[in-house]
Amino acid sequence: MTLNQQRKLKTILTGLFAWSVALVLFFPIFWMFITSFKTELQAISVPPSLFFEPTLDNFRIVQERSDYIHHAWNSVVTSFGSTIIALIIAIPAAYSMAFFPGKRTKDILLWMLSTKMLPAVGVLVPIYILCRNYGLLDSKTALVIIFTLMNLPIIVWMLFSYFKDLPKEILEAARMDGATPWDEVVKVVLPLSVGAISSTALLSIVLCWNEAFWSLNLTASDAAPLTAMIASYSSPEGLFWAKLSAASTLACAPIVIFGWFCQKQLVQGLTFGAVK
Amino acid sequence: MKRLTKNTLTYAVSITAAMTAASAFSATQITVATVNNGHMIEMQKLTPEFEKANPDIKVKWVTLEEGVLRQNVTQDIANGSGLYDVMTIGMYEAPIWGERGWLQAVDTSGNYDEKDILPSIRGGLSYEGTMYAAPFYGESSMVMYRKDLVKAAGMEINDRDSWEHIRDVAAAVNNPEKGIYGICLRGKAGWGDNMAFMTAMANSFGARWFDENWKPQLETSEWKNAVSFYVDLLTKYGPPGSSSNSFNENLALFNEGKCGMWIDATIAASFVTDPKQSKVADKVGFAQSPYAVTEKGANWLWAWALGIPAATKNAEAAQKFVRWATSKEYIQLVGQKNGWAAVPTGTRTSTYENPKFQKAAVFADAELKAINSADPTDSTLKPSPYVGVQFAAIPEFQAIGTTTGQMISGALSGSMSVDQALKSANTSADRQMRQAGYY
Repeated sequence: MTLNQQRKLKTILTGLFAWSVALVLFFPIFWMFITSFKTELQAISVPPSLFFEPTLDNFRIVQERSDYIHHAWNSVVTSFGSTIIALIIAIPAAYSMAFFPGKRTKDILLWMLSTKMLPAVGVLVPIYILCRNYGLLDSKTALVIIFTLMNLPIIVWMLFSYFKDLPKEILEAARMDGATPWDEVVKVVLPLSVGAISSTALLSIVLCWNEAFWSLNLTASDAAPLTAMIASYSSPEGLFWAKLSAASTLACAPIVIFGWFCQKQLVQGLTFGAVK
Repeated sequence: MKRLTKNTLTYAVSITAAMTAASAFSATQITVATVNNGHMIEMQKLTPEFEKANPDIKVKWVTLEEGVLRQNVTQDIANGSGLYDVMTIGMYEAPIWGERGWLQAVDTSGNYDEKDILPSIRGGLSYEGTMYAAPFYGESSMVMYRKDLVKAAGMEINDRDSWEHIRDVAAAVNNPEKGIYGICLRGKAGWGDNMAFMTAMANSFGARWFDENWKPQLETSEWKNAVSFYVDLLTKYGPPGSSSNSFNENLALFNEGKCGMWIDATIAASFVTDPKQSKVADKVGFAQSPYAVTEKGANWLWAWALGIPAATKNAEAAQKFVRWATSKEYIQLVGQKNGWAAVPTGTRTSTYENPKFQKAAVFADAELKAINSADPTDSTLKPSPYVGVQFAAIPEFQAIGTTTGQMISGALSGSMSVDQALKSANTSADRQMRQAGYY
């Protein structure tokens, strides 16, 4: 085997491996999608059927029973709202920690991350009582605040790792030209970090969109997002897989389409810092 | 003068319009929390009828997964948040929450006809004679079997067969090569899952959860016999992976024609006889649950009921809604709109006396017999201090039942022996009861 052939073989094998991993990861979504077009009986049949007469009945039932637009709007407001607020807080925080690190910067970063290590259920009762006392139960405000706090550590970390790699000389040059700290952030750091910020924002939006624990515990009807709508299709007594799949497909659709359009930024952002 | 009259008229019209708008705006809104069961969804669809009759009340629905609903309503009620005005609860919660003053008593005055409610169901939802939740639909457990398979195997199933006979039928029908299993039973861990079935079965073996001094009795020979029989039966003649099957999984297997027998909630009868979702709809027979040494507690009793939290700010509207949804008139309405096979059953004597219902529901007699034979106040052979057939209506039971369920599910999957499972479960139950101050 020549060196060229060896290289070709390696490329093919790597490609095959990548495709197999992608297929394994994609399979549950694919299965959910096709189950949403089955009848309840087809959805539970063993062995499962790949070829069947598709029906849109489940989507009709979901449309009839749930106010999809209401839930989708709640998801949009909470995920985009919390991401914007989190970015407003995280950008200056990451900037100061990356360019003006103090003695305790590393400790602060670790402490921020440590808040993610506490299981959410551990603080459910105090947060529930706080929300009750401030009249925030079943409100989008409560979800926006919680989602912001929930994602803030990750956003700060991601932006910090990116800002850290920006050459300090660029900022020094800006300072020489009389730039204030505000100018430095707005006119130098932000334009250089559009990719990192958009991918961080995207990740935060996706995390908020898929969040179920707080959504289910703190909302009832007014502020219930799409995750709460999906959960309402599980039934203790009766078949529900096809309807649940239809509800899940409808809930995933907007974020999948959104992610599709922003794929370039997402890949760029997720791999930043990978090759130095 | 003419102008004055015109102006007066305009003002009058405007004021009337404003008042009408204001009165429409001030309609009381109630939030109803429920689970995604067929009968509840039907109630949701028929709510406009209630709103039409009560234009000053608007109903908002919150449908949740059962576990989440329990968690949310417990949080809501324990913290007095008043997020929900009506909540779907079960027979386990109603007397406990009623005793604690968390629920308002159901208003049964006037034409509600409380006496029409099946006595066992009414008793299970009451504390010291006061009903704290109104039954929306009730259920017991019974045997559902494939008449064709049982007949082909030269066997018979009758009311109150012995567990030995059920095992013989399961052995005769079992044909795993053709994908048919003798018997399907719940195996998934949970106080409302495998333990609902297991407790009823254990009752019929003479077992009880606690003795008169609240000491757990899981290590007694009665429990050992019952659990050993169950594990042996399901291991030999049950479908693979039984330890993760509960109501829905078994429903799916039965409807696919893969179970010779299934012992579960009577509500399943309406699903397995529905040709739209069952491949064996015309081949199903029903019989009363089997027993070993006593018929007491051999079949369970449960009701999904509507309760009104004490913290609600819209008590009057909530009472009106609960009375409407659990009334005879509501059952009539469902019968007229969706057919009599689709009415919520297990709550009122008048439903079973209705000839239209008797004609439409082939399972009516078996269901009524099962519900009437269950007595939550006397469900064990030896005396016990608790109320409930397949559970003990004490706050600690939820945790104790689920832990025991996990152990028994472990024994079923082969990860531990029956003796080990019951020993661990008993130790855990003993610790919890001690901590709770029972002794």
